[in-house]
Amino acid sequence: MGFSFEYLLQGFATALTLQNLFWALVGCFIGTLVGVLPGIGPVSGIAILLPLTTVLPPTSAIIMMAAIYYGAMYGGSTTAIVVNIPGEASSVPTAMDGYEMAKQGKAGPALAISAISSFVAGTLSVIALTLFAPMLAEFAVVFGPPEYFALMFMGLSLVISLSGHALLKGLISMALGLGAALVGQDPLTGAARLTFGTVTLNAGVDFISVIVGLFAISEVMINVEQRITAISEMKITNWMPAWADIKQCLGTMIRSTGVGFFLGLLPGCAPSVTTFVAYDLEKRMSKHPERFGKGAIEGVAAPEGANNATSTAGFVPLFSFGLPTAPSMAVLLGGLMMYGLQPGPMLFAQNPQFVWAVIASMYIGNVMLLILNLPLVGMWAKIVNIPFYILGPMIVFCAVVGTYSIRFQAFDVWVMLIFGVIGYFMRKLGFPVAPMVLASVLAQMLETALGQSLLISQGSPFIFFTRPISAVFMALAFLSIGRGIWVLMRAQAPEVAVEDPD
Amino acid sequence: MKRLAIGFLVLVVGLAMVGVGAAAAAGFPTKRITYNICFNPGGESDITARFQEAPLKKILGQDIAINYKIGGGGALCWSELVQTKPDGYTIAGHNLPHIALQPLEMGNAGYKTLDLKNIYFFESTPNLLLVRIDSPYKTLKDFVEYAKKTPGAVTVGGSGTSSANDLGTTMLNKAAGIQLTYVPFGGTGSAVPALLGSHVTALMSYSTMAIQYAGKFRALAVASETRMEVLPDVPTFKELGYDIVEGAYRGVAAPPGTPDDVIKILASAFETVHKDPEVRKKMDQNGFKTESMGPEASLELVKKKMVEYEAIMKQLGRIK
Repeated sequence: MGFSFEYLLQGFATALTLQNLFWALVGCFIGTLVGVLPGIGPVSGIAILLPLTTVLPPTSAIIMMAAIYYGAMYGGSTTAIVVNIPGEASSVPTAMDGYEMAKQGKAGPALAISAISSFVAGTLSVIALTLFAPMLAEFAVVFGPPEYFALMFMGLSLVISLSGHALLKGLISMALGLGAALVGQDPLTGAARLTFGTVTLNAGVDFISVIVGLFAISEVMINVEQRITAISEMKITNWMPAWADIKQCLGTMIRSTGVGFFLGLLPGCAPSVTTFVAYDLEKRMSKHPERFGKGAIEGVAAPEGANNATSTAGFVPLFSFGLPTAPSMAVLLGGLMMYGLQPGPMLFAQNPQFVWAVIASMYIGNVMLLILNLPLVGMWAKIVNIPFYILGPMIVFCAVVGTYSIRFQAFDVWVMLIFGVIGYFMRKLGFPVAPMVLASVLAQMLETALGQSLLISQGSPFIFFTRPISAVFMALAFLSIGRGIWVLMRAQAPEVAVEDPD
Repeated sequence: MKRLAIGFLVLVVGLAMVGVGAAAAAGFPTKRITYNICFNPGGESDITARFQEAPLKKILGQDIAINYKIGGGGALCWSELVQTKPDGYTIAGHNLPHIALQPLEMGNAGYKTLDLKNIYFFESTPNLLLVRIDSPYKTLKDFVEYAKKTPGAVTVGGSGTSSANDLGTTMLNKAAGIQLTYVPFGGTGSAVPALLGSHVTALMSYSTMAIQYAGKFRALAVASETRMEVLPDVPTFKELGYDIVEGAYRGVAAPPGTPDDVIKILASAFETVHKDPEVRKKMDQNGFKTESMGPEASLELVKKKMVEYEAIMKQLGRIK
């Protein structure tokens, strides 16, 4: 079942009806909002709205829920850039350069480029979805446990480039992240680990709590300590990025679309993973990698493009196989099945009007989001001018509510606060926090895939090197490790973090 | 005077809170109910919950929020459930034999079988052995013969550890005198892609997947007493000479200490949902066998199965 223009046009006809346009707009707006709020992600957003969908016709409902998902990818960057607190796990890398830009008075251009990059990547991905969906579906199942492990291993090797010159500190930070992720039950066997005999720790540490704690709470603590009255005394000179900036990021946008889209076809490869990969790729491609972490505009464009591409790519396995790649996708799957639409190879054949209407709505949704986000840049950027005695408590409030809403457990709030303190000391002592976040995001998949692979190979680790795809990832990982060590040896730099100790 | 006013205010607020607490059971439910799914999205528990969601909402008059807690073959989800506030606002899907096997086998599974307060068992699915449609093994006989030649090298994916699929694989090993390597996944939803991509030789899965992936997979045998109506061409293990009848029951449970009247309200809601001919039809078409066991009947089943499984596990040598 290939692509047909006729179907796409019919899809546009359906998506452009007043009712469907309205629900797409509602979805885009809510998506942006849950994206902006730290801790509250698209899953909660969709879940809260799910009851509404029972009164809507199926196409409108799915159009809206899809819009919430990709809309959240637009919003996540806002707080990451303006106050150094990512609104979503998928915007963690954005904070690294985005916040630096904001400190230099370039919050406006950073916000704008993130909206533009989201739009470019979102639209390119929808085009790819339109043209290749049925074909690309096969790509997802090529990945078995060994390929997943190799991919995650490569992901973990990014720690080297995320740590800058403080490699040892970066590795310690990563080890802490992996250690935190080990708490609780073994994902494969259910064995309890590091629980010290308590039942509370059995549930494990949720990585959202880790991220929110490390960024939001520690940021507030540092600001309190420095008696800062506004979160930064920056002045926003101009809101729009220069045309040169956009041109500079064009290649970045296209590359990060590619990375985000292809990795996004794999179940489990959430935007929180692919954004790191895209960020690292840009750093390597750049002629001036030293600018990264110090306010490089490509460092904002890359993750923001990748997370949009990934969220769109997730529709390929969802429509073609009924395989949800992320919890939000599972909610959508539920929505489809609720209306008697059985996802799978037959969906495109049996319900073409529906599928193509949803795909067409995604073109429209991306335009809506761009319009919704660009003019609001000025408004978002003004958050920085809110006095800290108002903003600080608001951040803490959002962090607590957001963490609690993940699984309604006070335990998660404590975990978040503890990681806030850990994050505070890490920043004080010059430990990069990004490796810790990366490790806690990847740990569970890494571990599950490792266990499964070794069962399949009857214990032989060579399984990772004898299968072509995993061999390529492993080679890339080792290259990056080797290069990191080489750079460190050559520079013989003292152990200092690249970040300013502010 | 001011102090008195504040004192009064505190008293009123305090009383109001007590009042709310007491009224909780009477007007149940007054807010959103969280329904945790312990396996990957796209698996049986998830599919069923999606069928139940809208009708439950209609009956209970509150939203149903479906969440995923995946890991340890369900143990992660259940160990979390037993720690949750027992007010009926958090429930989780639960499975037999998993809840009987894990506390036996894992040592500390984080929960005890009887900690889980049964609300209702609504379905069961027999185990089923699947290979890809292009696999060289056309029959169970072909498969067993190949496995005999290559002990340990034939991999069988399935949902979870100490689960129905895990146990079914061990049973086949024992009955046929072969050595299959069982590879656990987070749920049926993540085991299926492993077979789609040929990363495992076969899947020990459930009847539902033979229907959903009819064009992609071939079912070699089903572990039910007699052939299933929806899969008339799939022989039973029994017909083929292996005495294996195994599968999973699925239901919902609440944390220990949940008030009985709350359990009753939830149980009757689930019963109404599954008596609905529309839901029934969807379940049948997807290969689920409808069960209808309320709290007491469920508890009886669990207790009966605990004894049975302990004996089976000892016989298989999986526990001492």
